[in-house]
Amino acid sequence: MLLQSAVSPGTHPLAGTIAAWMWAIPLLPLLGFLINGLLSLTAVARFGPADPTAASHAAHGDEGGHGDADHGGHHAARHRFAGITSIVGPGVLVAAFLLAAAIFVRMHALGEMSEPFIQQYFSWMPVGDLSVDVAFRLDQLSMLMVMVVTGVGMLIHIFSVGYMREDPGYPRYFAYLNLFVFCMLVLVMAANYPLLFVGWEGVGVCSYLLIGFWFSEKANADAGKKAFIVNRIGDFGFLIAMFLLFANYGTLDFSALQAVSGQFVFGGALITTIALFFFLGCTGKSAQIPLYIWLPDAMAGPTPVSALIHAATMVTAGVYLIARSNFIFAAAPVAGLTVVVVGALTALFAATIGLKQWDIKKVLAYSTVSQLGYMFVGVGAGAYVAGVFHLMTHAFFKALLFLGAGSVIHVMHQAYHHTGSHDDAQDMRNMGGLKKYMPVTWVLMWIATLAIAGIPPFAGFFSKDEILGTVFQRAEQGSTLAQAHWLGLPGTAVLYLAYAMGLAAALLTAIYMTRLMLYTFHGPNRTGEKEREHLTEAPWIMTGPLLVLGLLSAVGGWFNLPELITHAIPLGPTAALEHWLDPVVGAGTATVVGPGAEATAASTETILIVVAIAIAIAGISIAVAVLKPAALVPKRQAKPEEGFERVLANKYYVDEIYDATVVQGTYGVSRNLLWRGVDVGLIDGLLVNGSAWAARFAGWLGSQLQSGQLGTYAWVLVLGVLLVLGAFHHAVLP
Amino acid sequence: MLAESLFFSAVLFTIGVIGVLTRRNAIILFMCVELMLNAVNLTFVGFSRVYGAGGQVFVFLVMTVAAAEAAVGLAIIIALFRHRHTVDLQNINLLKG
Amino acid sequence: MIDFLTSIGYMHWVLPVLLLIPTLGAMAIWLQGAPGRGAPGADDVASGAASVPRLMAFVTFLVEFIVSIGLWWTYDTTNPGWQGVFDVPWIPSWGIHFRLGIDGISLMMILLTTSTMVLAVLGGWTSIRKRAHTYYALLLILTAGMLGVFMSLDLFLFYVMWEVMLVPMYFIIGAWGGERRVYASMKFFIYTMLGSMLMLVAIVYLGLAAKSPITGIPNFNYDAVLEHASITTAASFWLFGAFFLAFAVKVPMFPFHTWLPDAHVEAPTAGSVVLASIMLKLGTFGFLRLAVPLFPAVATNDTVRGIILTLAVIGIVYGALVSLVQPDFKKLVAYSSVSHLGFVMLGIFALTVQSVQGALMVMINHGISTGALFFLIGMIYERRHTRLIEDYGGIARVVPMFAAALTLVTFSSIGVPGTNGFVGEFLVLLGAFRTYPVFAFIAATVVIFAAAYLLWAIQRILFNALDKPVNLHIPDLNRRELALLVPLLAGIVWLGVYPKPVLSRMETSAEHFVQSVQTRALHTVAEGNN
Repeated sequence: MLLQSAVSPGTHPLAGTIAAWMWAIPLLPLLGFLINGLLSLTAVARFGPADPTAASHAAHGDEGGHGDADHGGHHAARHRFAGITSIVGPGVLVAAFLLAAAIFVRMHALGEMSEPFIQQYFSWMPVGDLSVDVAFRLDQLSMLMVMVVTGVGMLIHIFSVGYMREDPGYPRYFAYLNLFVFCMLVLVMAANYPLLFVGWEGVGVCSYLLIGFWFSEKANADAGKKAFIVNRIGDFGFLIAMFLLFANYGTLDFSALQAVSGQFVFGGALITTIALFFFLGCTGKSAQIPLYIWLPDAMAGPTPVSALIHAATMVTAGVYLIARSNFIFAAAPVAGLTVVVVGALTALFAATIGLKQWDIKKVLAYSTVSQLGYMFVGVGAGAYVAGVFHLMTHAFFKALLFLGAGSVIHVMHQAYHHTGSHDDAQDMRNMGGLKKYMPVTWVLMWIATLAIAGIPPFAGFFSKDEILGTVFQRAEQGSTLAQAHWLGLPGTAVLYLAYAMGLAAALLTAIYMTRLMLYTFHGPNRTGEKEREHLTEAPWIMTGPLLVLGLLSAVGGWFNLPELITHAIPLGPTAALEHWLDPVVGAGTATVVGPGAEATAASTETILIVVAIAIAIAGISIAVAVLKPAALVPKRQAKPEEGFERVLANKYYVDEIYDATVVQGTYGVSRNLLWRGVDVGLIDGLLVNGSAWAARFAGWLGSQLQSGQLGTYAWVLVLGVLLVLGAFHHAVLP
Repeated sequence: MLAESLFFSAVLFTIGVIGVLTRRNAIILFMCVELMLNAVNLTFVGFSRVYGAGGQVFVFLVMTVAAAEAAVGLAIIIALFRHRHTVDLQNINLLKG
Repeated sequence: MIDFLTSIGYMHWVLPVLLLIPTLGAMAIWLQGAPGRGAPGADDVASGAASVPRLMAFVTFLVEFIVSIGLWWTYDTTNPGWQGVFDVPWIPSWGIHFRLGIDGISLMMILLTTSTMVLAVLGGWTSIRKRAHTYYALLLILTAGMLGVFMSLDLFLFYVMWEVMLVPMYFIIGAWGGERRVYASMKFFIYTMLGSMLMLVAIVYLGLAAKSPITGIPNFNYDAVLEHASITTAASFWLFGAFFLAFAVKVPMFPFHTWLPDAHVEAPTAGSVVLASIMLKLGTFGFLRLAVPLFPAVATNDTVRGIILTLAVIGIVYGALVSLVQPDFKKLVAYSSVSHLGFVMLGIFALTVQSVQGALMVMINHGISTGALFFLIGMIYERRHTRLIEDYGGIARVVPMFAAALTLVTFSSIGVPGTNGFVGEFLVLLGAFRTYPVFAFIAATVVIFAAAYLLWAIQRILFNALDKPVNLHIPDLNRRELALLVPLLAGIVWLGVYPKPVLSRMETSAEHFVQSVQTRALHTVAEGNN
């Protein structure tokens, strides 16, 4: 708290510039949420649900697995306020992006900015020595995130206009989407952990609402609920980490904590515990083992949602959190190694599942889980710049992949809709040969595929290579991570192992992505004779954003070129992103690298790059050589998988295992032991009603003495008198 | 004089008690109760010779109560008889628990 | 505003007036309705006989609310002492005074009560169909009783008010409730009586212990008892136990909670709302006002504290888990109350400024969110006459405004940041973590279970397929219901985003509570050692 006032906004170089308007960046989407939310409520209240076709469509939810776009539109009419929503929904995002861009330009012009620009708005929870302010913090990291969120968000909003316009819930969709962007911006701009947590949970809520957007199908509603509850497990970790921080350091403000980070005992139990609990939060939000299970299910939402929330922005919040908390993680090498191990495991594990999925979105979902694993390997190894860099490039190419897949699904669905077919519009076995019908999408999707596979000069190559290269360096250079021990293993071994797993995952990534492209766009078309003539390119409002993302996927990697490349080819400035982020993560990185680090030889670096490129090319070649798109049959004729393929297609049965143990276990204990046993049986039955029964029984016993015979009463009376007289005879008788 | 009247009253009272304890007819029971009340009255009168007129005052009180009791009690018994056609107390056990 | 209120001497008369308004209103309504009332069981709403009493009740509550709202400005946040004190002798020979006064804690509780009651009348507008005048009269008496408890600064008066509110609630459940209303109301009454009888014994003991050495007259004045009552250590344990039982039943703490699900399920909507929003808070308020400050050494005794915190944490987790498997939505919310009130107990007994402030926030938040939940259940029950979750499904398509309201209230109850629910739970856990990290850790797991039980419930009500034809034509919220819900929803967001005005009004009192209990506990222990 002391520090907040130390950086008074008046003296900051950004004060009085356009940056003073930074509060408007999140407020614009909030405004959009309010407008669209009201539109959705008012219009529906008058006309919407009374529409019997809408209701009956819901009642016969028999088109399960028919692809998501079919819920929109073809029965119910377009929403009557769709026009306003089409302007307001994307409009606020465009405005927010322009504002963010203006601030970025101003900030970039400053050159070095060592102190963050903090704006305090009001005091949120002032209680005793706790003071939590609603305050935004603009530094290089949050600026970058704001640019990614508003930029990619804007493109996806525009795409959504084409994708969702016919849906009767169109304003509701944009209301949720706007609210999501608001929460995400709060998350990345927050100046303290509790406010970050507001955004953190807020994006979870929006994710819940959007996954279950077509809530009439139970599977969708289930997926939304699952996402929220699994995320809550992570949030529990986040909360505990905050409590530990406050109980020990008395503040939750980033700047103040950074100021007291000198008190952190390097590698101490406390700081390691804090870091691990934060990481538990990350595994929930960013879908890492063991909490990754919600993300594939989250594909039940509309495809632009998958692109925005479940690929580009929300799921990367965990990476952002670790980068933001770099001063904590840097002081806890064991926690860092845990992050590396979990990230590497997730990257490899999810990639194997991605090999055998048939649903085009499921492939991309597991791919996202896998790529997020890379980012965690990066930030866990103290390569915060590399992690954030991959976060950014991944936002470009994965959003492109999802939106491309969305276009494909959109077109597939429309084709099926024309003929009234009920085939699965998302299953790759029903696609094939689409490059003839959707050439633009095909080219753009290939760019994204090459980017994710790690082929230079596309974006993914640079970021992935930087992560893997840094992990290798950390092992080789004797960093603090390498000197630490993880479950008895030397850190060096762990890091080398993580590097190897990362390479293996890279190979698998190249394979499954090539598989996706081959099955979707190449080979013969398997859609069906009648449907084929309806396959066309998606409208411009959908392909437009794809083109922009295609450009970014192609050149996005040039933001942070390694020296080795710039030496040879002058594509741009060397390590621009690293310089940009240095004020935020530089100190943390330096702590991880340690004092005795020596630079990696250029030759080693060259070898690493060559290996990475070779792996990527090998993956693509294997896929092209082995897979035979021509041999595929449509989904309805396909035979079920056998052997290990079946285990992969069923995602290692992890969902089933969780359901049988955790979920059913909780229900069973709650229902049979706690409710029926303890509550109804023990407390209410035995103690409460038992005492009532005991009282009634005592009364019954007493009543048995009442014979109703006056004679008996009289005898008892006389005997009683005699007894009393006898007892007190010396007092009564002389 | 006091001793004799006390003895006589004790005898009367005992007869009353035995009557209440042994008879089953409500009317007889009732008369036995009256007998006990009058035994008490006799005691009061006897003691009043020694201790002053207070006892005689109580006798009037008891007689009044006894008269009221007789009126209410007989009314109850008549009502009972109308309903049950008997005044045998063994058949009347409304208070049985 | 303050100037105007000061000029009319507001603070001097407001507390007795707040008790007088509902009492007079109750009399007027009952007298108005008594002569003309129809046959027992007649439908007063259909016949129009209900319209006058309910309008009178609504106006009375509205006036009550408007009168009480002035406290918001006139309350002096810097003064930790009693404010608005009103003191007249009542039974002088026993040292009993009619003494009222408030601090920041009771201020918020009073405002919660007066505002909730206005809405409670609206909530039962059309569903109270028989003997309406009696119902509204009882509701007003109940309000007077509850406000009396919050204001009492005399132990005997506290007890009287405590019992005053018991009787109307008994009749409200027993006469206007559901099918098993008699069972539920008996259970409620006997459970509560069990505790309050012992409390009476304890209060009399305390009054005698504080008697004047000169005149020998007992003294039930709260401050006098606090300062002068001479109690041995052994006696203080028994007295604390008596208070504990009375309040623990009311809270209700595990394992004294089993009256709550029955009472909630059977009570009419307004009854459930009052029960959840206000009456449960009387239990925790009792701890804050009487049990803990009067016996600080007992309340801070490690064993006692350990037991109470254990029960609180069991209640938190247990309530959530049992909620998970309830087929009846009202019962689900009832068990969730056990969980939420467990947070309050955790906050009070963790005894840090944050946890106590958090506990107070949870008390307010629970009043708003759970009140809103019961209103919403009541609204849907009026339309479909079932509370079973499985009888619904997919109705968000039919009743979008209802769905939006229920979703927001659910998020508040789950404790999503940005809604009020988060502020309270966060502060309780944060504060409790400083003194009792293990308990706070276990309690924090509820963020998972709370999401599970409520989201699962609203999924089965609002989402999934709209597969039951009877649900196809449920009308959406009408204007009265919107007018009722909008203030609650606004409160949810307001207290979630900007709780500072509320926090700052309670801060002095909360700090005073923590400090005085801690210092006096040390003092008492030191005395005991001497």
